[in-house]
Amino acid sequence: MAATLNGPALRPGFAAPVPDSQQVFRRVLAAMSEPGAVQDIAIALTPPAPLDPATAAVCLTLLDFETPVWLDAAADNDDTRAWLRFHCGCPLAGEADGARFAVLARPEAAPPLAGFRLGSEAYPDESATLVVQAASLEAGDAVDLRGPGIEDRRAFRAAGLAEDFWKQRRDLERLFPLGVDLLFASGASLAAVPRSTQIGL
Amino acid sequence: MAEDGYNFAYLDEQTKRMIRRAILKAVAIPGYQVPFGSREMPLPYGWGTGGIQVTASIIGRDDTLKVIDQGADDTVNAVSIRKFFARTAGVGTTERTEDATILQTRHRIPETPLGPGQILVYQVPIPEPLRWLEPREAETRKMHALEEYGVMHVRLYEDIARFGHIATSYDYPVRVNGRYLMRPSPIPKFDNPKMDRSPALQLFGAGREKRIYAIPPHTGVRSLDFDDHPFEVQKWEDVCALCGSGESFLDEIVTDDRGGRMFVCSDTDYCGRRREAGHTGPATRDPEGSGA
Repeated sequence: MAATLNGPALRPGFAAPVPDSQQVFRRVLAAMSEPGAVQDIAIALTPPAPLDPATAAVCLTLLDFETPVWLDAAADNDDTRAWLRFHCGCPLAGEADGARFAVLARPEAAPPLAGFRLGSEAYPDESATLVVQAASLEAGDAVDLRGPGIEDRRAFRAAGLAEDFWKQRRDLERLFPLGVDLLFASGASLAAVPRSTQIGL
Repeated sequence: MAEDGYNFAYLDEQTKRMIRRAILKAVAIPGYQVPFGSREMPLPYGWGTGGIQVTASIIGRDDTLKVIDQGADDTVNAVSIRKFFARTAGVGTTERTEDATILQTRHRIPETPLGPGQILVYQVPIPEPLRWLEPREAETRKMHALEEYGVMHVRLYEDIARFGHIATSYDYPVRVNGRYLMRPSPIPKFDNPKMDRSPALQLFGAGREKRIYAIPPHTGVRSLDFDDHPFEVQKWEDVCALCGSGESFLDEIVTDDRGGRMFVCSDTDYCGRRREAGHTGPATRDPEGSGA
């Protein structure tokens, strides 16, 4: 991008922040209420690499000065940092366990899920929400989801995850209500697997 | 069109983000009460400030809002909240249950079954089900953490010991998804079965107590009971005087000072639409008695 006096030009955030963030939030809420169902964010965004529009939309909608964010090595570059700082005003967490949100742009190399904040027995809500940027939400091995928000069972696919990702996630189930909540983003698509969902491999 | 001088839906964007994050955690942990930074609203606590803040954080221009107070669309609380969102968000409002995308309620669940994609927002006065049994927040929080709910069963048992049956008739405690004990807000226990595996998303907001909790769609909600005293809902010997329904929740209305009374549906939309469809009740039946 063209450089200005103050450094590289920032890429824009939402064109209309109030309605756009509301619209994206409802998609995130629908995703969280119906685990595994894929939503379309339907908002044009040109975020800095390597963020996908859906990943960026979630950040713009949910992050601010109250939410330390941890970026994985793939997402941790100057453009992304500057973009998040400017549009969200969020602090960047140095360690995974200090973050309320995490962006995993290359989930095959993600640190262990149990290394993120899982909350406490008294305050299970004080736990991390991970934005997992998958290569695709149509390809990949299907896992079988059951639990709140799912009438019977639902098949869910996400490509580009670490081999033992779902096993790690299933191992967290016995800790419920502690756990991490997963938002999967790919292109403009979005899905969620909250901690209440049981994974069948 | 929304009025100038306010942000869309009244709340500022940072407040909405904070509430939205709380709502997402509430959905992820069904029945758990998420603390949130409740704001001062332009109406007093007890008038639905929790429900209003939840609605303000989720509502968009394309939404259609229905607001009920004890089942009625035309009571003061419902009318003023509906006007509030018509003014600050410019959204369309309706009284028809199936036309609404968001329904805010005080103390009832509509008789018309809710469908997928609809969101029911409850106004909650006291969110903590154990509060009258244990006043200390630190203790009730520990009881939830340890899933230590025996004291609530004791309370229901005391009802049986004293009255021969469970006398609790509203705000009847439930277990959500087999884990958290939850207060359904002061809805009659008649409505409890409607929460179980509902295809709609249910959000609960308590403004004064600063808590948000949720029941995702298709989530098991079980009213507490005993094997030998199973959960039962209220029944009436009368039918609605206006529409003749024998299946809806009835309000008793005193009509004179000589013991005269009538029973009518608490859900005004349900009752009105039944009457439009030609149903009649004892008070509206024509002299020939040709009504249903």
